[in-house]
Amino acid sequence: MKTMRRSFAALAAGAIMAAGLAAGPSPALAQGKVLKFVQNGNLTILDPIWTTAYVTRNHGYLVYDTLFAMDENNAIKPQMVDKYEVSPDKTVWTFTLRDGLEWHDGKPVTAEDCIASIQRWGKRDTMGLKLMDFVKEFKAVDGKTFQLVLKEPYGLVLDSLGKPSSNVPFMMPKAVAETDAFKQIDSQVGSGPFIYQKNESKPGERHVYLKNSKYKPRAEAPSGLAGGKVAKVDRVEIIEMPDVQQQVNALITGEIDLIEQPPHDLLPILKADKNVALENWNPLGQVFVIRFNWLVKPFDNPKVRLAALHAMRQEDYLKATIGDPEYYKVCPAAFICGTPNASDKTNGMLIKPDFEKSKALLKEAGYDGTPIVLMQSTTLPVLTNTAPVTKSLLEQGGFKVDMQSMDWQTLVTRRTKKDPANQGGWNVFHTFSVSADALNPISNAYFAANGDKAWFGWPTDPEMEKLRDSYARETDPAKAKALAEAIQLRAMETGQFGWLGQWYGPGARRANVTGWLKAPVPVMWNIEKK
Amino acid sequence: MLDFIARRLVAIIPVLTVVAVFVFLMLRLTPGDPAAVIAGDNATSDQIADIREKLGLNEPIWTQFAIWIGNVLQGNFGESFFFKKTVAELIAQRVEPTLALATCTLLFAVSVSVPIGVLAAYRQGSLFDRLVMAFAVMGFSVPGFVIGYCLIYIFAIELGWLPVQGYTRIGVNFGAFLERMVLPSLTLSVGFIALISRITRASVLEVLNEDYIRTARAKGLSNRVVLMRHALRNAAVPILTVIGLGIAILIGGAVVTESVFGLPGLGRLTVEAVLSRDFPTIQTVILMFSVVYVVINLLIDISYTIFDPRIRY
Repeated sequence: MKTMRRSFAALAAGAIMAAGLAAGPSPALAQGKVLKFVQNGNLTILDPIWTTAYVTRNHGYLVYDTLFAMDENNAIKPQMVDKYEVSPDKTVWTFTLRDGLEWHDGKPVTAEDCIASIQRWGKRDTMGLKLMDFVKEFKAVDGKTFQLVLKEPYGLVLDSLGKPSSNVPFMMPKAVAETDAFKQIDSQVGSGPFIYQKNESKPGERHVYLKNSKYKPRAEAPSGLAGGKVAKVDRVEIIEMPDVQQQVNALITGEIDLIEQPPHDLLPILKADKNVALENWNPLGQVFVIRFNWLVKPFDNPKVRLAALHAMRQEDYLKATIGDPEYYKVCPAAFICGTPNASDKTNGMLIKPDFEKSKALLKEAGYDGTPIVLMQSTTLPVLTNTAPVTKSLLEQGGFKVDMQSMDWQTLVTRRTKKDPANQGGWNVFHTFSVSADALNPISNAYFAANGDKAWFGWPTDPEMEKLRDSYARETDPAKAKALAEAIQLRAMETGQFGWLGQWYGPGARRANVTGWLKAPVPVMWNIEKK
Repeated sequence: MLDFIARRLVAIIPVLTVVAVFVFLMLRLTPGDPAAVIAGDNATSDQIADIREKLGLNEPIWTQFAIWIGNVLQGNFGESFFFKKTVAELIAQRVEPTLALATCTLLFAVSVSVPIGVLAAYRQGSLFDRLVMAFAVMGFSVPGFVIGYCLIYIFAIELGWLPVQGYTRIGVNFGAFLERMVLPSLTLSVGFIALISRITRASVLEVLNEDYIRTARAKGLSNRVVLMRHALRNAAVPILTVIGLGIAILIGGAVVTESVFGLPGLGRLTVEAVLSRDFPTIQTVILMFSVVYVVINLLIDISYTIFDPRIRY
């Protein structure tokens, strides 16, 4: 029996070793430095204008380039653009492209390509749509110069063209950019620092990018999304790995090099491993949001919305979802603490609850005690605990709450319904946004208050829209900041929605991987693998 | 025999029709709108409505069904809402890992469970028998993903013998393929081994009490010959039946195992499709699984005739 056991053990060990030896180095490793990166979710759609999915945005930054980009101080800097000038009346913007810009197929990047790209983006993106409201026409002056002619001065031209997060105005060849904005593009030809390898990529398994050896980076040092985009690895592989525990295991064993954002409860395991380092690559972080449905009772009444906001306390949400104070910040500023539009004025809401005020407002509003429907997502871990906190706070503030749990995809479907809550509609739900999408009242879609055209909850507030228009027109930064503060306060007067604190999700990297830039998006240039 | 096969093949048609109608209706009746998922978080209601229109989701449900079933009958399974590929292409890309996982699991499970089941029956009441039964109970009770994580911790993280996750295609590097199949196959095998070993033990025990076994022993045949030629062969029919039924366990287990080990197979495709409400992909994958299940059980039925010549169709 002993002999039999030994033989079996030897056989098993032999088989495993043989497999290991036969495996040898993979063809990918033989090709040079390979960076293996795991994102938060699968990359299924490859058109960064067609979808706002962050995984697709990340893909876009590998393949495409932008006219302008945001640096690590949140300032917009030229990227593909060499120089630009504005006419004295601020209605004609002239942009000249850098020399030597080429598409991956070797053709030169032209002014016509850029015009077509901006026009397609302008049909999908919130800031793009706003910009297009002010655009009179585009003019191609020569091969690498074009003009954007406005009907009247617009304060957000550079902020729009340098928008850092979804949808990013990526430049594409004219033939590709002429695709209907509501159809996905077929080509992945860009002019960015990496070239997408369609033949090697298998959705659900991996996406492969090779270094674009013809890419001409800017001379400046990299800073955020701006500056010189120097690819320091030969190949980037986005590995699709749905199980977060397995992402951590694979990073610890060195099978992958980077994880975009491991869940907070797994960070202690990563911190304990000396071969792994955590990297807060997105210093602006993310922000939690609560939305009310303005169309149905009881949140059609502003007093009820204000009653709810008076019951909120940011720290309760942040403790329940993130836990470690190292990774969250109580922040009264809707446009993100530490940025030019930040203001700490919230009319006393969101930071410290006032349940008596909340109850008094409900009484004034004639709230009849009908339970409000609060949708809870159970499949996005970072959001799961937000709804129970809301339920508890609202109940302390005098509400009755019916918390209904569902997967995120069911929630995103149900939130489109405008029916009363007891007929398949809803009253309240939570979401979160990358802070970079929330830096001003135009890019921050939660501030739109144009009824049916506004984001889910469909607030209607002509005064808010007037303020947002004024902000968009304002070219003086000091006046724009004052308007942003007025907009924040207006949202608190009407109870438009609530912002429930900033939080940070660090990435994780192998210790031999360095150079991960601080930016609102995880970018792969400048990263070295030793 | 040919008549039997023909009849069974024809019987697949109503089975698949019921599956098709059921899956189609279930998907339409459960909450979740692919258009809202596709549109992304910042989309407006108008944009979502536009996508619904383009996907044909505004048509009456029976019109949608008629269009889909008509296309399926012509061999057109439609295009994935998300991957911008035909469902047939998607399945072709994902079938190899699942087939490899199922084959390795089946081979490993059968080659382990049948001998230990026979041995447990032969040594009924011994320590070995009790260990096999204890393993069977554990194999049934512990979820596959727990077993997977334990194996990963031991063999990948602590010992570093095997990779944590991933898949290498068989044609790319056979060694790497084997290396990446070991842990998922072991994980998926545990429940299967528990099932088959228990049934094998029970069947062989029943046969061992038969008169012809006593006769064989009286003739002076060795224990090995008695067990393998007389006992196991006569106990084979229930064992084969359980292996056939176990294919359903294998398919269900593949969904979890592929997700844990990052195998880009049909199981993971199913999960991704369900989470994103990719109706054409879900419908086709489930139809395909149904066909596989029915065909494998037909093959099992046919194989009865090999082990028991008394069975005639």
